[in-house]
Parts: sequence; structure tokens; C-alpha cells
Amino acid sequence: MTRQMSGAKMVVQALRDQGVDTVFGYPGGAVLPIYDEIFLQNDIRHILVRHEQGAVHAAEGYARSTGKVGVVLVTSGPGATNAVTGLTDALMDSIPLVVLTGQVPTFMIGTDGFQEADTVGITRPCTKHNWLVKDTDALSEVIHQAFHIATAGRPGPVLIDIPKDVQFAAGAYTPPKQARLGHYQPRVKGDIEQITRLVEMIETAERPVFYTGGGVINSGPAASQLLREIVDATGFPITSTLMGLGAYPASGKSWLGMLGMHGLYEANLAMHGCDLMINIGARFDDRITGRIADFSPGSKKAHIDIDPSSINKVIHVDVPIIGDVAHVLEDVLKIWKARGRKVNRDGLEAWWAQIGQWRAKNCLAYKPSDKTIKPQYALERLEALTRGMDRYITTEVGQHQMWAAQFLGFEDPNRWMTSGGLGTMGYGLPASIGVQIAHPEALVINVAGEASWLMNMQEMGTAVQFRAPVKQFILNNERLGMVRQWQELLHGERYSHSWSESLPDFVKLAEAFGCKGICVKDPADLDDAILEMLAYDGPVIFDCLVEKHENCFPMIPSGKPHNEMLLGEAETQGAIDAKGSVLV
Amino acid sequence: MSPLKIKKGSSSHSAYDLRDPNVERLERHTLAVLVDNEAGVLARVIGLFSGRGYNIESLTVAEVDHAGHRSRITVVTTGTPAVIEQIKAQLARVVPVHEVHDLTVEGPSVERELALLKVCGTGEKRVEALRLADIFRANAVDSTLESFVFEITGTPEKIDAFADLMRPLGLQEIARTGVAALARGC
Ligand SMILES: Cc1ncc(C[n+]2csc(CCOP(=O)(O)OP(=O)(O)O)c2C)c(N)n1
Ligand SMILES: [Mg+2]
Repeated sequence: MTRQMSGAKMVVQALRDQGVDTVFGYPGGAVLPIYDEIFLQNDIRHILVRHEQGAVHAAEGYARSTGKVGVVLVTSGPGATNAVTGLTDALMDSIPLVVLTGQVPTFMIGTDGFQEADTVGITRPCTKHNWLVKDTDALSEVIHQAFHIATAGRPGPVLIDIPKDVQFAAGAYTPPKQARLGHYQPRVKGDIEQITRLVEMIETAERPVFYTGGGVINSGPAASQLLREIVDATGFPITSTLMGLGAYPASGKSWLGMLGMHGLYEANLAMHGCDLMINIGARFDDRITGRIADFSPGSKKAHIDIDPSSINKVIHVDVPIIGDVAHVLEDVLKIWKARGRKVNRDGLEAWWAQIGQWRAKNCLAYKPSDKTIKPQYALERLEALTRGMDRYITTEVGQHQMWAAQFLGFEDPNRWMTSGGLGTMGYGLPASIGVQIAHPEALVINVAGEASWLMNMQEMGTAVQFRAPVKQFILNNERLGMVRQWQELLHGERYSHSWSESLPDFVKLAEAFGCKGICVKDPADLDDAILEMLAYDGPVIFDCLVEKHENCFPMIPSGKPHNEMLLGEAETQGAIDAKGSVLV
Repeated sequence: MSPLKIKKGSSSHSAYDLRDPNVERLERHTLAVLVDNEAGVLARVIGLFSGRGYNIESLTVAEVDHAGHRSRITVVTTGTPAVIEQIKAQLARVVPVHEVHDLTVEGPSVERELALLKVCGTGEKRVEALRLADIFRANAVDSTLESFVFEITGTPEKIDAFADLMRPLGLQEIARTGVAALARGC
């Protein structure tokens, strides 16, 4: 029944049996036997990155845009340590990854051997689980378990450390069906009693709001579908975190826009003033809540989450529902319909009228210019010129990321890949490559800041080598814009090290990488330049020179409640005190 | 070995105290965590406590089911009620963790700790040490002409009390196992 094979062959066989078609990786001494096996087959495509961090972010982009597991293969020591930022990023944003690392042979472990690192020790706090496999007979079963744990319950990255002698030795291969997956089986069905309590609240709430997050996307397309159904059937307003954009369409009539530190005025005030908050797959992150003591003081709160540790972690909730979003929403809808589809019409009408007043503030308004390109304008034009296209967006981290979330509209889940929890500069370029590898025909754009983009710019080599026609849309303000904004508002305009001199000439850089470079600085030329980028069949570095000192509003300063939001330059004077500047 | 300066009550402080001691209403809970007995599992549990800033007052671990590869970790921790709930939820999501029991709230339980105390002295002090050991049902498990090693089992408070009495009588060293605990009844 069981087949004998080398550990290295087992790795490839197990990946194949798990349905893996793509691996992002970088070779080295401790994984050469596995690379040998990759060489000898054609089922699994290997994408050679330029840095192991890039491999992990690319796998994240692949995973987030497909709903499948992203797979990474790197060598021991520096290969593994370079992967740590990506692992932490994936853990914070609940992205399922299986990362395979080589390790020195078992008999050398602990001797400070060449390229030895305590990989399971280093990655224990930044993986959902990890293994050091010391026995070839156990290897294939561990790989199958790894895929199970990466995807079951709240998804996350897992890592398998495989010593070189384990790769060489022969052992028995266990196919996925025979693998023991262990006791790790998080519950997916929510408690019916709690769900019924939520339905009762839905029936009477005067000022309800849906507050949704990345958990809806992770739960799969059915969850987004059910979310749309319940939002449209109840007529309740809905807002989302950065991670949840696209679960409910931006064009939907109940859409309030993103909430949080740089979220929309109407979204944040609806959160502050609601009497029923229905949290679906979000986690009350500090970017969302602002000052905890003043967070939505008058509301009853329900929280649907597959991870019990997310419930009551920072905000006490009245109705905790542990389960998978799709399963729970199905039951909520079923019970709500069976009880007669009741909502508080009068209450809702007044609530929407109030929201309308907030909307009228037009909080995303900015001062237009015909001399310099405003970053907001660049994104408005990008949105207009790509609307209706089969489009995926990734971002780096900074002001541009927040503007992208504010000004681009997402109609579907899995179309928006951004580093939310960790805020990792350097995420967007490799992530865009991972997305493009998964969707070769789609339009994949990385909305970038020039500083973030430089952090992993070596990955342009990967894009060119693998003909991934990713568009790098760099909003170049020659500043670490978000840092500069904080220094302006919180640190007395002392701009300590928040600008970059000696930026590369991005057009020449594109040429050096063998792709196309476009530079634009006149607003009048912007549309043509974007169209040129879209028309080009290959990777493009788009250097969009924007206003250097634009600030991103609205903004809730750290430690402030939702209703103390800054809307524009005029309101910033003295708004942030020393206490606020202590917070991140 | 130089004599220990053990202050009264000091043993109720965590060796890994990472939190602001002035936070509201700290509660002490004894948790029993049943885990797969596999490499690294203790590091996962301890790493969780240090990484998230939780307290460990005492921790014991040993395999309890050889055939089933199961170990039992007993952790005594302190925190606000919300933090205690978080600790339990965080422990429960560690992959090799099977069960988490809060013995402090799940009904009556028994807690025992074992300690070895080395007491050096001669003459009247030596006799007094032996007399007190008898009252506390501590056994002398080793003896020289100038020293005893006493073994005592009991609640942490009982061990604290015994150690306090031994201090003026020549307490030199103390080794404590940390708490082992079980729920009462079936
Ligand atoms: C790896 C990393 N280092 C530092 C930071 C802190 N940080 C957040 S935003 C930012 C500036 C980003 O500049 P840029 O990419 O040009 O974007 P902009 O804000 O100008 O749009 C920095 C340094 C971070 N998020 N990630
Ligand atoms: Mg910048």
C-alpha cells in the first residue's frame, strides 16, 4: 500500500497530492535534494524570487487572490530568517501558507553548523504551527497535516523544517486520505441560541450597522454571497475594515465605505452612534476602535468569529458567536426569514437620514490642482480607467495604501491584497507577482509608495523572468509620506528622516530590469500615461510624481474616539496632544 | 551556597512578571492544560505567556499518559478576569493543546506542591527545626550532623509558612516543584 521514496520526492508528491500547482522559492544547500525533484517533474511550477521575503509575500498574494494555500520553499539559515517577516505578515492577516525550509542534517543540529538556525524556535511565534521533521517516515503525513492546519479554522501560515538527511533518506509515503489529521477541528457551526438572540436584535434595532472584516473573505465566496443577501434584505448599512474590502460591493446601496483610522466619516460615525453593531469576521483592531473607553458607547454588540480568542479580546460583546462566517450567516438568514423578515422600518429610515447628513460632509474631498498630480486624483483616474476590468489590486504600506482603500472600489472578494495587521512595506510588489501568477490574464496593479516599493524592488527581476505583466503604480511623493504626516501632526513638523534623497530614476530602472518605465508629473498627461500602462503587454514601473506634502484624511488620531475625527488641514491645529503621540 | 533571603509572601510573585502590577482586580487561577507530548510543546505554551505579557506564577509539566502521548501542564497565573479568559482562549488555539480546564472556577479542586528545604544548624536550632518539621508533617529525607533536607507537601501557602519558620533556624536553600492540581470528584 505505502510506497517507499526519498524524503525529497515525498515533498513533491505530497504537494502534488494536495493540488499545489505553484511554489514560490529560492534554493540553497539544505534544500538541493528537493530542488532536484522539482527539476525532474512538470506538474508543479516553481517561481524563483529574488529574496525569500518576496517568496512569502508572493505566496500570500497567490493565496489571498485564489482562496488556496500559498506554498513556499526556502533553504536553511538565512533562507528561513528572510522568510520571517512574510510569516508574521501572514499570521496577522490570517493567510494560509505552507512554508518548507531546509535544515542542516539531523546529526548536525545543535552544532552551529553552516547555515544552521533554530528555525522552529525563531518561527514559533510567527506561525500558526510548525514542525521539525526528524524522520522521513513521518514527513508526508506532516505535510498533509500542515495543509489541514493552514486552512482549518482561522487560516494562517505553517512551517515545516526538513533536515537534509531526511530529504535523502527513504521512507514510506502516506497519501492524504490515510494521513491522521489529529484533533485540530475548529467548529464551524454557530450556537443557535446566540444566533437567535442576534436575529431578535436585528428585528428591533433602530440604528444597526454591519462591521465586516477579512474573515468574510477567508470564509470563501459563499460568505460574501450570504453577506450581500443579508445586507440587501435587511437594508442595514455596512462598513468594512481594510481587510474586508470587496466582500460587499462598493457600488452596493448600503455601502458606507471603509471604517477606521483613515476610514470614512459616515462609516465611523455610524459605528459610534449605532445601537446594534454586528461584527462579522473582524477583530476590533486598534486602527478600528480608537480609544476603547469611548468605542461605540451606546450599542449592543454581536461578534461572529471562527477564532474564540478574538471574542472579548479587546471589546466586550453581548452576543458572541463562534463559527465560520458562511455557516453562521446561513443560519442567521434562515432564522430571520422563518420569523417573518422583520426589521424596524421607522428606525432605519431615520438612521439612513442621519447617515445621509454625514455623507453630505463629503469627507474624501481634497483640493484639486492643475499643476501637480494629487495622489487622490491619480487614484480616481486609475479607478475610472480600469472600471469593469478583471482587476486585482495590491498595495504597499503608507498614505498611498489608505488612499487606494478610499478611492478604489472593490466589487468582489479576493481582489484586494494589502498588508493590514503588520503593515509591511515591501509587501505589494511581490504580492502582485503572486496574484499575477495565479491569474495570468488579469490586470494586476500594485499601488505603491516609492519608499515601500524600494524595499523589495529586486522582485522586478522575478516579474520579468516569469512574464508577469504586473503594473507598479508608484505614487511618488519623495517622502515616507505617512511618517511625514505623523511628524507634521504629532511631532511639531520635525521631519526627521522621512524623505529619501537619491531616489532612482524609475524609468531607467525599468529599462535596466528589461521592462517598461513611464514617468508622469503633469495632471494633463495622466490619463494618457495610465492608458499607455494598461496597453503595455508586460511589467510596467509607473512613476507618478505627486504632491509631496498631501495629508491623508479623514484621520482619527491614535487614542481618540471615532467622533473626534479630523477631516482636513484646518482641523489639525492642536488636535493631537502629547498623550496621542505615545501611541503607534 | 549563600543563605537565601526569602521574604515573606515573595513566593506569590511571578518569576516572569511582565504586567503592570497595579491593574484592577487581579485573580489567581490554576489551569490544567492537556497537550500532546511532543517536542516544543512547552515552548509554545511558555512563549504564549511571555509573548502576550501574561503572568506565570508556577508551572509544572510531565507526561501523564505514555501510550496516549499526553502531558499535563499545570499553570498558576494571575490576571484580570478578562485576561484570564484570553489566556484560556489563547491556550485552546495552540494546535497540540487538547483541553484547557480552569480548576479555579470549574468546581472544587485540590492543589499540592512539593518542596525540599535545606536547613543547616546545630544544637537548639537543629532540634527546633526537627520539631517544627514534625508539626508540618515534613520528612527529613537527608541528614548530616549539621544539616537536614526536609521534604514537605502541601498548598503553596503551607510551604510558604514552613519556609518562614525555617529561615531563622538556618534555611539555606529551597527547591519547589510548582503546583499540581486536580478537580475533586468524578
Ligand atoms: C518594513 C516597514 N518599515 C517601516 C514602516 C513604517 N512606515 C509606515 S508607512 C512608512 C512610509 C511609507 O512611505 P511610502 O512607501 O513612500 O508611502 P507613502 O506614505 O509616501 O505613500 C513607513 C516608513 C513600515 N510600515 N514597514
Ligand atoms: Mg512616498
